[in-house]
Amino acid sequence: MLSLLAQTAPGEFLDGLKAIGAGLGYGLAAVGPGVGIGLVVGNAITSMARQPESAGMVRTTMFLGIAFTEALALIGFVVFILLLP
Amino acid sequence: MSILALEFPPVSHLFDWPTIWLDGTPLAINKTVLIYLAATAATMVLFGLAGRPRESLVPVGVQHVAESGVNFIENSVVMQTIGPDGKKFMPFLTSMFFFILFSNITEVIPFIQFPANSRMAIPITLALLVWVIYNVVGVKSQGLFGYLKNSLFPPGVPKVLYVIVTPIELVSTFVVKPFSLAIRLWANMVAGHLLLVTFAILTATLWDFFYVPAALPFLMLIAMTAFEILVSVLQAFIFTILTAVYIGGSMHPEH
Repeated sequence: MLSLLAQTAPGEFLDGLKAIGAGLGYGLAAVGPGVGIGLVVGNAITSMARQPESAGMVRTTMFLGIAFTEALALIGFVVFILLLP
Repeated sequence: MSILALEFPPVSHLFDWPTIWLDGTPLAINKTVLIYLAATAATMVLFGLAGRPRESLVPVGVQHVAESGVNFIENSVVMQTIGPDGKKFMPFLTSMFFFILFSNITEVIPFIQFPANSRMAIPITLALLVWVIYNVVGVKSQGLFGYLKNSLFPPGVPKVLYVIVTPIELVSTFVVKPFSLAIRLWANMVAGHLLLVTFAILTATLWDFFYVPAALPFLMLIAMTAFEILVSVLQAFIFTILTAVYIGGSMHPEH
């Protein structure tokens, strides 16, 4: 492993670190919003099942909640694109 | 085995298009601009054809599509978020919905296959337009002082907490809202395009080596294409409904 590292140029090594950072960064940024979207949709389904007559309003609010929660994951994705070597 | 040495183009190759016409001027035209012009024309033609006078009262064809769109915006966007006095924003919201939809859906149209909104220019322009509109609506309906008071000092918060709440509200109302609106649309389209490109390249590379396993990424490509149609419509809807929510928020402050 070390001999392999010694053979690479310093620029390539930095590019590799950047790629690892980008991948880890996106993965970590997706954890929270994943849980959040799950909570939003799960609770929306529960309330739709309890009160089917309010399904339209619940669906609109659910999309809003998803949009706000998803923004964090998308910022992680933007950082991923920016960090790519 | 050189399957692992998959030739994936750099991200910039997927989103930068060479200029076709008027090179070097600010009016230079490339594929993205052509898609936007086509989307604008499609929106205008849709409502132009739907709005011309006809003999029968029953909507058919193009008119039916346009009327369903207007109905959809009215019932599930405007009435749910702003209320009856938001009807004056119907033309703006409807045309914005169809324009975003038409420039997103080119992602899955064969031989075009590029979502124009995966370039930041139009999403940020639309978001800044929305920013101007909801601020102007807020100042018009509450007065400058009232609008600033309601958006920077939300009622119902203990007085001490204003030290923390006011800077957060300042940044979130005047900076984060338009940028998150633009980034949401743009990043969703970039992610969708990258997803489709990845599976298409995987299919092509596997096809060169053995034929049967190429079916797996190809099936995934078909599934992802269907998913991207959903995402295109959903992102147009979310952009429109968030615009309506922001306008509604500055029109009727919470008491």
